[in-house]
Amino acid sequence: MTTSTALAVTDIHMSYGDLRAVDGVSFEVAEGEFFGILGPNGAGKTTTLEIAEGLREPDSGTVRLLGEAPWPRNLALLPKIGVQLQASAFFEKLTAREQLETFGALYGVTSARVDEMLELVGLSDKASTPEAKLSGGQRQRLSIACALVHDPDIVFLDEPTAALDPQARRNLWDVLREVQARGKTIVYTTHYLDEAEVLCDRVAIMDRGRILAMDAPARLVRDLEAATRVILERGALAPDLARALPGADQVAQDEVSLTISTRTPAPLLAALAEHGTLDGLQVRTATLEDVFLELTGREYRA
Amino acid sequence: MTTTETRPRRTAPSPASSSVFLALSKAGFRGFVRDKATLFFTFLFPLMFLVIFGLIFGGAGASKTKIGVVGEGAVIPALERSDAVELTRFDTAQEAEAQVKAGDLPAYVQQDGDTVTLRFAASDQTQAGLVNGLVSGVVNQANIAATGQAPAFTLDTSQVEDESLKPIQYMAPGIISWAVSIGAVFGAALTFVSWRKKQVLRRLRLAPVQPVAVLGSRVLVSLGVAVVQFCLFVGVALLPMFGLRLSGQWWLALPLLLLGTLSFFSIGMLVGAFCKTEEAASGVANLITLPMAFLSGAFLPLDNIPPWLQTVSWAFPMRHLNEGMLDVMVRGQGVDALLVPAMVLIAFTAVVGFIAAKVFRWED
Repeated sequence: MTTSTALAVTDIHMSYGDLRAVDGVSFEVAEGEFFGILGPNGAGKTTTLEIAEGLREPDSGTVRLLGEAPWPRNLALLPKIGVQLQASAFFEKLTAREQLETFGALYGVTSARVDEMLELVGLSDKASTPEAKLSGGQRQRLSIACALVHDPDIVFLDEPTAALDPQARRNLWDVLREVQARGKTIVYTTHYLDEAEVLCDRVAIMDRGRILAMDAPARLVRDLEAATRVILERGALAPDLARALPGADQVAQDEVSLTISTRTPAPLLAALAEHGTLDGLQVRTATLEDVFLELTGREYRA
Repeated sequence: MTTTETRPRRTAPSPASSSVFLALSKAGFRGFVRDKATLFFTFLFPLMFLVIFGLIFGGAGASKTKIGVVGEGAVIPALERSDAVELTRFDTAQEAEAQVKAGDLPAYVQQDGDTVTLRFAASDQTQAGLVNGLVSGVVNQANIAATGQAPAFTLDTSQVEDESLKPIQYMAPGIISWAVSIGAVFGAALTFVSWRKKQVLRRLRLAPVQPVAVLGSRVLVSLGVAVVQFCLFVGVALLPMFGLRLSGQWWLALPLLLLGTLSFFSIGMLVGAFCKTEEAASGVANLITLPMAFLSGAFLPLDNIPPWLQTVSWAFPMRHLNEGMLDVMVRGQGVDALLVPAMVLIAFTAVVGFIAAKVFRWED
């Protein structure tokens, strides 16, 4: 099966004065893929997205969006793309339903579709609530509904989960998964690495205008070959005894727990089981955050 | 058997500009009527001015001069009959003089037998001259009457309707054009600034809509607001307590007012293009509308301002709008009077609108 390419970005550069916001970025997103662009604030994620959407012309490089050039403003292409912007771009004083109706009208969409969208993002009971009275999470979901109201093929979401509380964030994850299940291609930016790990098929890690790594999150983590940490309650095992266990590379103890680092977790866990010390045991493998820190060699600046 | 699987390709048709225009206009009107602050500043605030000015200057025009009177004699009833002054009686000259000294009365008249005394405050020369002339006139008449001879000359007086209008006649059109300028300048400026800040403009740029549909919808909102303002203010000014009297083809003012609205809207677009925040935009809009209203004679006639300022006033679209509206609403003129103002307003809108379009920014 060949999947066609929804978005192809080739070697784009963009400078603002001395600042190289985007410095040679290339990537491709397949149809139906959930693609994440990760990185700290100021990494160049938003600028990359803006160039891909056709809002800006790159200094150099090319963009093919659904097979067409998005710049200059391509009226034939616009109905096929959906965007959710960082600021909540809503009309003044309208209810959730009216916002959707108005955005829908920009694309010639009927109001039956509006109900479907409210349902999708779980705002059916908030249909007649003014947008200004919605919570942060509800507003983001409405914003995503407005991006999807005309049934686009590809959706760009710029930090949809920023500034949301954990519940609202999980809630939005469900919406995003549902959107992907409907066959949409999703390109989204975030600075939450844990979230990208859960949601994305593939991620590009960006910093200072460059892509540092790009792959499936699990593969990035595996390639890191980082140590697995096994954590026990303090006192469950003496540190000296722990150091003698098979596969234990490093042992550290603090007031609450004893942490054993290993690259071969299987024999270590077997030995721990023999000692009968599996109570309260936690195993922590590397995360995308470790990948990021490894790549940038800096404190992660979320 | 082979099946070729093809994705259902929607031919994505751009919606007709007219339906986009209607949807955005509907959203605009809804936003407008739900915004209490905007409603206040476009309707209630100018209406307050109309009511306050109407009550201050209302009724029988300028109030009469008050003078104090002391004592008895033929001059005092004659003054009363003259109907030009309002008399306040005092028992003693000291009491009356105290009032004049305190500045509460411009003058007092005392008649003691054949002697008539007039004492007036030195501060207000105009009032003093008026009172002086009036009292000596009455005294002279009384003198002639006392001689028993027929006067050598008779003076025949009667009223002529003059160019200078009663305050409400003058103010109603002026306050309407000021109110409309608030609605259109603020409406355009704040919309563009807030749409840019909230990235609504960016969102619209990413939708298959023509900029003219977006702009047109905001213009329609401003025109609609202007029509409501016109009806409301004319309606209130017509109430007996304000006493506006419209002349024949007063409704001709409405098309001119709509042209004026367009010119104000173009000013608002220009403000909206330059300002980054709503606060800045509303400050600049105030800085434009209020001086423009004064210099265009929206509140007070411009007869007494220096000639150079008169010349300056013709630079404002509101001055032309005002003159045209006064001509058809209260001076009884016809459509001919609107020709020049209408052409000026159209030209102003075209020039300022063109500049605004040139400096327009989608993003900060």
